[in-house]
Amino acid sequence: MPTVSMTVNGKQVSADVEARTLLVEFIREHLDLTGTHVGCDTSQCGACVVHLDGRSVKSCTMLALEADGAEVTTIESLSNGVELHPMQAAFKEHHGLQCGFCTPGVVMSVLDLVSRNPDPSEAEVRDWLEGNLCRCTGYHNIIKSVQAGAAAMGG
Amino acid sequence: MENFEFHGPSTLDQALAAMGAAEDGKFMAGGQSLLPVMKLELAAPSDVISLAGIEALRGIEADGTTVTIGSAVTHAEVHESEAVRQAIPALADMAGGIGDPQVRNRGTIGGAVAHADPAADYPAALVGLGATVVTDRREISAEDFFQGMFDTPLEDDEIITAVRFPVPERAAYAKFANQASGYAIAGVMVASGDAGIRVAVTGAGSCVFRVTAMEEALAADFSAAALQGIAVDSGDLISEPDASAEYRAHLVSVMARRAVEACG
Repeated sequence: MPTVSMTVNGKQVSADVEARTLLVEFIREHLDLTGTHVGCDTSQCGACVVHLDGRSVKSCTMLALEADGAEVTTIESLSNGVELHPMQAAFKEHHGLQCGFCTPGVVMSVLDLVSRNPDPSEAEVRDWLEGNLCRCTGYHNIIKSVQAGAAAMGG
Repeated sequence: MENFEFHGPSTLDQALAAMGAAEDGKFMAGGQSLLPVMKLELAAPSDVISLAGIEALRGIEADGTTVTIGSAVTHAEVHESEAVRQAIPALADMAGGIGDPQVRNRGTIGGAVAHADPAADYPAALVGLGATVVTDRREISAEDFFQGMFDTPLEDDEIITAVRFPVPERAAYAKFANQASGYAIAGVMVASGDAGIRVAVTGAGSCVFRVTAMEEALAADFSAAALQGIAVDSGDLISEPDASAEYRAHLVSVMARRAVEACG
C-alpha cells in the first residue's frame, strides 16, 4: 500500500493507505478526527470541508494521496479546548446551528471567506455558502453568525 | 469505488510513461468530476495519474493579445487572476460562477475542458472567445474540440497542457443555473474581437454550439435589441423534467440579450 504523509492541525502524520482512500476517510478513520463529517458524499453538502494549504476543499472529493505533503486544517484545530474560536462563539451566540451536522463544514468554509474578505456583506456570505447545505436553520442565523464572527475576528 | 494504482508524476514525460505502462489508466486533474464518476463506478481505471504536481501545467501568461492558462490552473485562480481580469473580465467572472468555492479551489480548466460536460461553463467560454486547446502533441481549435456530450478528439494518453484565448474587444457570459447543481440550464458567451462576433451556448444542447443568426444580427447592430425575435430551434435542445427544450430555447434568447447588455 502507498504511504501518505501530511501535516494535520500542525502535527506530522503518516500512514499506509489504499489508493482509493478519500481524504475525509483518512481524517476520520485513520486520525480519529471525527469533527469533519460525511453528509452527501457527492461534493454538494459541504459537511466535509477542511482547509488544504489554506484553501477550503471538500475532503470527500479528494484522495488522501492528493494531499501528500500538504497542510490540512480541520475543525478540531480552532478551539484550544477551553475557549471557542470567535467564529464558533458567534455561531453559538446567534443560534447559527440546530442539529449541528453541517456546522463544522460551514465554519471551515466561511473561515476561508473571511481570510480573504474580512468584512463580507450578507450577499457575499450567501454567495460563498453555495457549497454548504443546512437543512435546519434556513440560513438566516448562519449569515448573522458569520458576520458577527468576522467582526469579532477583527474584520 | 474500486481500488487503483495512484501515480503523482512531476513531469509530463513521467505522466506519459505511467499512462503507457497502465492497463487502463486515467489522467486526473482536480478530480472534481472524475472522483464522483469513480464513486458511482461509472469509471474504474486501473491507474489514476495525477497531473496536479506537474509544474509545466501551471501558470497564467497574458500579453495584449493573448491569455494562456496552464491546464492545472484552478477555477479559483482564474477567477482571482488580475491578469485574466484585465484582459478578459468575462472569463474571470465565468470562472467565479463555476460550482461552489470548494469545487473552484480544486477543479481545473484542463480537467473541465477534457471532461467536456455539455452543461459546464468552459465550453461556452472557449468556443465564444475562439480559444485553442493546446496538448502535449498538437493544437485544436475549441470548435473542433467539443464534438458532443463528453466527446472530444483527445487520445487516451493525450494531455491538455494549456488553453490559449485571444483577447476580445468585449465579451460577457450570462448563465441561468440549475438551482441545485449550479450547472447551466442555458449559458451564453457573447464576444466580439479578431475572432469575429460569436454567440456560444452551453447547457441547452448536447454539446456547445454557436448561434449564427444572432452573430449576424449583432454584426449589423451590436445591441440587445438586435436579438429581438431571434430564437434557437427547440428541436435541437435537451428536454428534462425540470427544463423543457422550449424553456431552454427561451432562456438562450434571454441569456444572449443579457450577455450583450453586459458587454456594455
